[in-house]
Amino acid sequence: MKDVIVIGAGAVGAFIARNLSRFNLNVLVLDKDNDVCNATSCANSAISHSGYDPVPGTKKAKFNVLGNQMMEQVCKELDVPYEQIGTLTVATEEAQLKTLEELKERATINGVPSEIVDQARLREMEPNISEEALGALYCPTGGIINPFLLTCHAMENALDNGVELALNQEVKDIKKVSDHFVVYTQDKEYESKVVINAAGVYSDKIAAMIEPIDWFITPRKGEYYVLDHFKGEFVNHVVFPLPSAKGKGVLVSKTTSGNYIIGPSSEPMDDRECVACDSLTLANVKQQASMLIKNIPFYQQIRVYAGLRATPSTHDFIIESSKSEPAFINVAGIESPGLVSSPAIGKYVVEELVSKVLKLEENKNYKKNIKPYTKPLDLSNEERNALIKEHPEFGRMVCQCEKVSLGEILEVLHRKLPCNSLKALKKRTRAGFGKCQGGFCQPISVSIIAEEKEIDVSKVSYDKDGGYFAPYKSNKGGKR
Amino acid sequence: MRKVDLLIIGGGSAGLAAAVEAYDRGIRSIIIIERGAELGGILNQCIHNGFGLGEFKEELTGPEFAYRFAKQVQDRNIECHLLSTVTSVTPNKVVTYVNEEEGSVEVEAKAIIMAAGCYERNAGAIGVPGDRPAGVLTAGQAQLMINKFGYLCGKRIFILGSGDIGLIMARRFTLEGAKVLGVAEIMPYSNGLNRNIVQCLNDYDIPLYLSHTVSQVIGKKHVEKVEISQVDEKFRPIPGTEKVFDCDALVLSIGLIPNNTLLSDIGIKVSGTKGAEVDQYLQTSLPGVFSCGNVLHVHDLVDNVVKEARIAGESAARYIQGDLHVEEYDISCAAKDGVGYILPQHISGSDYEKVDFKLRVRKPTQNVYIEFIYNGETIKRVFKGVIIPSEMEVISLPLSLFKEKKGALEVKLTPKEVNQ
Repeated sequence: MKDVIVIGAGAVGAFIARNLSRFNLNVLVLDKDNDVCNATSCANSAISHSGYDPVPGTKKAKFNVLGNQMMEQVCKELDVPYEQIGTLTVATEEAQLKTLEELKERATINGVPSEIVDQARLREMEPNISEEALGALYCPTGGIINPFLLTCHAMENALDNGVELALNQEVKDIKKVSDHFVVYTQDKEYESKVVINAAGVYSDKIAAMIEPIDWFITPRKGEYYVLDHFKGEFVNHVVFPLPSAKGKGVLVSKTTSGNYIIGPSSEPMDDRECVACDSLTLANVKQQASMLIKNIPFYQQIRVYAGLRATPSTHDFIIESSKSEPAFINVAGIESPGLVSSPAIGKYVVEELVSKVLKLEENKNYKKNIKPYTKPLDLSNEERNALIKEHPEFGRMVCQCEKVSLGEILEVLHRKLPCNSLKALKKRTRAGFGKCQGGFCQPISVSIIAEEKEIDVSKVSYDKDGGYFAPYKSNKGGKR
Repeated sequence: MRKVDLLIIGGGSAGLAAAVEAYDRGIRSIIIIERGAELGGILNQCIHNGFGLGEFKEELTGPEFAYRFAKQVQDRNIECHLLSTVTSVTPNKVVTYVNEEEGSVEVEAKAIIMAAGCYERNAGAIGVPGDRPAGVLTAGQAQLMINKFGYLCGKRIFILGSGDIGLIMARRFTLEGAKVLGVAEIMPYSNGLNRNIVQCLNDYDIPLYLSHTVSQVIGKKHVEKVEISQVDEKFRPIPGTEKVFDCDALVLSIGLIPNNTLLSDIGIKVSGTKGAEVDQYLQTSLPGVFSCGNVLHVHDLVDNVVKEARIAGESAARYIQGDLHVEEYDISCAAKDGVGYILPQHISGSDYEKVDFKLRVRKPTQNVYIEFIYNGETIKRVFKGVIIPSEMEVISLPLSLFKEKKGALEVKLTPKEVNQ
């Protein structure tokens, strides 16, 4: 019997798990995919929103602002790249200047520092801002985060503190039996006193397993471009247009790895798995971005991607016990600003909701800091050479574009957080993230994974289990 | 800090040929930095034949061709560092490389030859529409997997792009027992060499869909279907022309890009090919730094790579020996009507009697002159009955044609007038 089962290993599930691990509880996290951080948390704008935008008084406003305040400390504890580069919300029409004032007022009510910058100052701050830009709301506390490492490291920290993780476990049904729940997956069943639903775009389906619900999730797809990192920066802040009913609009931002992302679009979907990109949508993203920033070097494009936001019909995060079962907690509809909110949501869910149904007793062995990762590129030349002398594999580059060494790859393959696919490896190490997109390193990474996991090369997945990189062994044999 | 005369980045065909040439011209302090486990670079995964007809007058496989050059390097005891990656080059020609044995090492070189090859344009760069499941590989990845590791990426394969590696792989997949359902090419003509169209597609009845591109990839875990569409003159898919193929892999052969970041990052001038701008010595805008092979511009044949690399090797040797003269000439070279690019971009000195001009045309063209116009005057016309983008043209002109020693050269295509 588990004390708590968390369904979903995205950012929200990971931070709930991490917070649960602060207490002496028997916790299990289930995810239907073969990796943590494999849906919404993996494909978003990678922004730590300041919190000026959500309607005051909403859960979105509350958790966004709290999460933003926590982010620096959390990223320090979890060794996650984070930069508070500030956001600029840009007015491009005369009428929008008044809206900036309204947004500033909203920011003040939400407790978010902000200031309105005029055209001249805006041009100074962003030399490539479009000619149409008239002014902007500057929020210095907004920033950028590496969403993959935020999620992966939060989960790994939870695992290090005693949480269990079961991947490839898709929840099919949940039943209340006397004083506990039975969670049925495709091939197993688990018992638990408390169940927390953090299932992202499926959170309404999971919630409806317990009781009829009066809300639903509409997945909303966002498509993006990724540009390579290159010498000379063309944007210095996260640059947004004014928010609309459809969301925060197409942004242009650098990332913590020095790349640039441009997006997202916003289209409601029926299919909860569809992250396909489409040329017309992307062309529209390109056009909208060009209204904000001029001369975007789209020739530096290295990837396009799409993610699904879990948009709730209630327009606000749903973070509460279900109506009939206090021990079944929904953490649903966590769309934007979900990533930045996740540390605050995790804390609240455990301290305010789980505490009402379980006795929380402090875990004396809890360690808030993640075990350090070796980062050869951050070392001085002497330190790096000392490292390579002791561990030569840190001197062997596997991914030439992003300068990822064999040592770093071996390290993530042998840590507590499972790493089972090329994509999982890419999220953790950046191997394959560069301009050749794994053209050179993926075949090498495949053979490294096969060797370390003691499986055949043909059984190494690219992303989802069963989606193999090179599934057929040649009848003529051949060894690496 | 260690000091050497010549440091060569890349131990593929270009780097090896350049090293041998520099050695034979008297340079002894040479090191080659190669990221792979063996010399030869990408040739080692090209197990098909057809290499070396120009160089050795015989048809060799890629590994055989690589071996001959590797042997020449080894016979001269030229120092090679394998499994070593260059992490930076400075404007003072200090090169940092890293490997398992030595760690991160700084070397100051009198001259550097950049010979780091190219990488493949990929699905991300062109934003292939649809899902992004397993089973979308570049032709080079698929080639490495089957030829070096012994694994096939699919049993029913569709190929996007008719570049030479894609064509070669169409045949290779077929020989390996897979079914190649077709090759789609967005241009109205093939981007591969004619001999490869004949020997790799026609001989195996593999259809080539010109003016077509992949309009959607379908598949959650793994590629299940690929939809192609005909494109209009702006390369946009035309609705209603879709064809869907049930397949388990999409292999991309959509172009090669010089892997020139190490040089572009330090402000060395870059041309439209993404390689460095060079003069006829193959010297870049940073004196003492030379470039050759696919990192300069993508070649059609390895024989041409070797020839070019020898020029870089000779020039670097002369530079080190204080015998490279760049003052006498100052002529800019530009590609005009119908010509995609021209190399060199600049003529600077008189140490070589001829200049090897290399160019590619923008589209297949018939009955034209390649016209060299120097300071407004035609100094050379070369007639071509047929000229295609997939073949690189090499035209050697004597330096004596450039009498004024400065000014501008323009190279363009002029249609041949029809005679009465």
